[in-house]
Amino acid sequence: MKHETTVTDESAQRPQGRKWRIRVERRLSAPAWWNVLVPVVSVALALLFGAIFLKMSGYSPVKVYTIMFKDTFGTRYGITETLVKATPLLLSAVGVSIAFRMQLWNIGAEGQIYVGALAASWVALTFTNLPAYIMIPAMMIAAAFAGGLWAFLGSAPRAIWGVNEIITTLMLNYIAIFCVEYFVYGPWRDPSSFLFPLSPVFPKTAWLPCFGRTRIHLGLIFGIVSALAVGLLLSKTKWGYEIRVIGENPDAARYSGMDISRNIILVMLLSGAISGIAGMCEVSGIIHRLQAQVSAGYGYTAIIIAWLAKLHPIGIIIVSLLFGGLLVAGYSVQIYGIPADIATMLQGSLLFFVLGVEALARYRIRIIRSSPEPVQAQHTADDVAREIT
Amino acid sequence: MPQEENNIIEMHGITKRFPGVLANENIDFCVNCGEIHALLGENGAGKSTLMNILSGLYKPDEGEIFVKGKRIQIGSPRHAIEAGIGMVHQHFRLVENFSVAENITLGMSTPRFGLDMTAIEDEVSDLSKKYGLQLDPQAQIWQLSVGEQQRVEIVKMLYRGADVLILDEPTAVLTPQEARELFDTLDRMKATGRSIIFITHKLDEVMHVADRVTVLRGGRVAATVNKEDVTSRELASLMVGKEHSTVLPDKDTLQSEPVLTLSDVTAYGDRGTIALDGVSLQVRAGEILGIAGVAGNGQRELTETITGLRRIHSGTISLHGQDISNKTPLEIIDSGVSYVPEDRYGTGMAPNLSIVDNIILKSYRTRVMSKGPFIDYDAAKRQAKELVERFQVKTAGIHSEARLLSGGNAQKLLLGREISSDPKLLVAAYPTRGLDIGAAEAIRSILINQRNQGVAILLISEDLDELIRLSDRIAIMFAGKIMGTLNRDEWSIEHIGLLMAGVLDVQDEEALT
Ligand SMILES: Nc1ncnc2c1ncn2[C@@H]1O[C@H](COP(=O)(O)OP(=O)(O)O)[C@@H](O)[C@H]1O
Ligand SMILES: [Mg+2]
Repeated sequence: MKHETTVTDESAQRPQGRKWRIRVERRLSAPAWWNVLVPVVSVALALLFGAIFLKMSGYSPVKVYTIMFKDTFGTRYGITETLVKATPLLLSAVGVSIAFRMQLWNIGAEGQIYVGALAASWVALTFTNLPAYIMIPAMMIAAAFAGGLWAFLGSAPRAIWGVNEIITTLMLNYIAIFCVEYFVYGPWRDPSSFLFPLSPVFPKTAWLPCFGRTRIHLGLIFGIVSALAVGLLLSKTKWGYEIRVIGENPDAARYSGMDISRNIILVMLLSGAISGIAGMCEVSGIIHRLQAQVSAGYGYTAIIIAWLAKLHPIGIIIVSLLFGGLLVAGYSVQIYGIPADIATMLQGSLLFFVLGVEALARYRIRIIRSSPEPVQAQHTADDVAREIT
Repeated sequence: MPQEENNIIEMHGITKRFPGVLANENIDFCVNCGEIHALLGENGAGKSTLMNILSGLYKPDEGEIFVKGKRIQIGSPRHAIEAGIGMVHQHFRLVENFSVAENITLGMSTPRFGLDMTAIEDEVSDLSKKYGLQLDPQAQIWQLSVGEQQRVEIVKMLYRGADVLILDEPTAVLTPQEARELFDTLDRMKATGRSIIFITHKLDEVMHVADRVTVLRGGRVAATVNKEDVTSRELASLMVGKEHSTVLPDKDTLQSEPVLTLSDVTAYGDRGTIALDGVSLQVRAGEILGIAGVAGNGQRELTETITGLRRIHSGTISLHGQDISNKTPLEIIDSGVSYVPEDRYGTGMAPNLSIVDNIILKSYRTRVMSKGPFIDYDAAKRQAKELVERFQVKTAGIHSEARLLSGGNAQKLLLGREISSDPKLLVAAYPTRGLDIGAAEAIRSILINQRNQGVAILLISEDLDELIRLSDRIAIMFAGKIMGTLNRDEWSIEHIGLLMAGVLDVQDEEALT
């Protein structure tokens, strides 16, 4: 090769006059280890972002993070509370994820939690004499039914007239919260509550059993089972197959004879039912009565969780635990005068950075050395024009 | 080692692998100064890959490239253009909201600032005039037709000083008129000593413009020949590896029982206008009824009404005497109607799901493919493998996503799926559109095979040659009406053409002759 001339960035020495250049290219395919790197990098960035924020507000980020970590994963209380908080998150995230699979933007999990809690409370407060083995299933059925009904109300306009379900499900959240308030301020107010908006305490038979002497209750098992069941449903069953096809390509679904409207309604019913059970678990497993605030925005956090987990059931379990921990950490820093909203802020920045890093990961950045004078003869427009004439 | 003085480009032993595919295998490819060199091959033969390597978009796994006798490595499109190689891709790379002149200078390193736009515009219009590439340098890209955008890409490469211009399937997006103009331009460029590599899968274009031809098949060079030395028939067999013959065996289908009957069917289109205007037709068992017509004259609505995807306003559609008008798609599928839709990725498949999931798109409900509420994925995989093998579908595996299939392979799978349910009626809309010769032939022989097995086939196509080869009868559609139905012994291209244009109906034409 006598005439070898390299025009690439791979030349060993750097001749004078070469410059560095940065180029952004689209990746053809991402390597497998990317799936680990992307979450790790995004969590690190979210923490960094939070640190800057804390610093600016006059706190020591290192101290705050240490407290958060220690109090959450370093103590028995922290760990059990993490599982307690993860329970409603897990259930409602599973609920919304199945709707998201079909590209149904059910953002009504919050409302479905409230009506689930309301219906379960109605059972517990009305049929006080039922034995536990009837009481608990009856409360679950009532909660699932109510959550499902709520989601149905949100989706029927979409199935029939194509009305955007984001708006309907969101509006129904407020209605659900007002309904609960109506009952705890009105007909169901406990006379001995000194006018606090609380219902009477449920009979013991309506309490979900706990593990040992912790606050972790049976709802955690419901959550894990529902995540696995939904995973199985989607990957192995005919119905799950329809959900996936409709989510991917509604035209192909119609072409193959699937009934899309029916599926919209069924999927929303299931999605709402699971979130309804999340509401039942809160009243039956934790508060043991109905109160004005059943959920601390779990239904909204669930959307973030489902999204971060890419709708994958196992991913949802993991992310729910992480977010449960974050909530506990948020509460624990309050003792030191730091607002608990730090947890919410971290959740938000997590979503932001995961989506951001993922988008960036689709591209790669290459640094190249380029020579200002090309090795091959370069034509200018003049040359071209001259040649033509 | 460079072999010949006259070769401006020499590629030796080029190999390029993609996950699961050997796109180029040990390819030798040379281009002379001042020639038009056609790169011919079916879809998926590796033409674009080879040229993407030459233009710096991909790095070859093996092999070396010589330009004007010098071995170089081309690390990026910029290196390629510095070496005088410019490529116009199948998908253009223009910025919609920039003007023609801006797009042409975009990304050039010199000069960075203080561009003298008027001077550039002058140069651009000089260039375009000299090569017969009509362009307004001030127009914005979004205002231009596809053909004009292609001209911008060509001028862009000339402006940057390309001695070797690569055009990847340039005529695919052009009208016949525009294609003729492009060929003129190519001749003019050749006259100035430039070399042109012209990628195509159309034989007549090769015979029309090329000096030499390199035929690729399955990632390898099948031959490099002078155009004078070959016939288009020889090229076709080099391209597909065998001479293909699909001749419709004569068969008297006029007596067989009608499968599909439409009587006086009226239906509305998406915009509420009449799309089918009193259509009556019959498809018999074991015959192919071709529907000729310019697209947009009711063909889509015709297929949709038959398959239950569109409601009819009046009239009846019946299958074996059973009324199926306005039944649901599922009921119609269950009564034995299969359908190859016009938009194979958009309607016929879920592109992001696996091949297995796409194979069971219609059969997942059947007892064979399911156990209670569960899908029997073992049975599904078996069927997917069987179809892939039987129809020689090239894939990276049955678990890869369907969107990764090339057009021809996707269509083979889709058609395979549709006939695997043993339909009574097969509705096929433009089944060979956009496919290369090999895949199109495979699709046609499947259709003929089905016909011979007694399936009634409604074939919609824009390709008259195809219709004439495959159809037992041809019905011509114009403006939502059937203009006439002709038997094999009655039709002529001229006759069909007149009816397609809606000029005359059969009687008038007969009256004239
Ligand atoms: N970027 C890519 N990633 C993976 N496979 C590819 C890529 N580009 C092309 N291929 C595969 O390489 C083969 C050759 O493709 P291509 O060069 O585009 O063929 P042609 O241009 O002749 O139609 C095909 O099987 C195609 O699927
Ligand atoms: Mg190509």
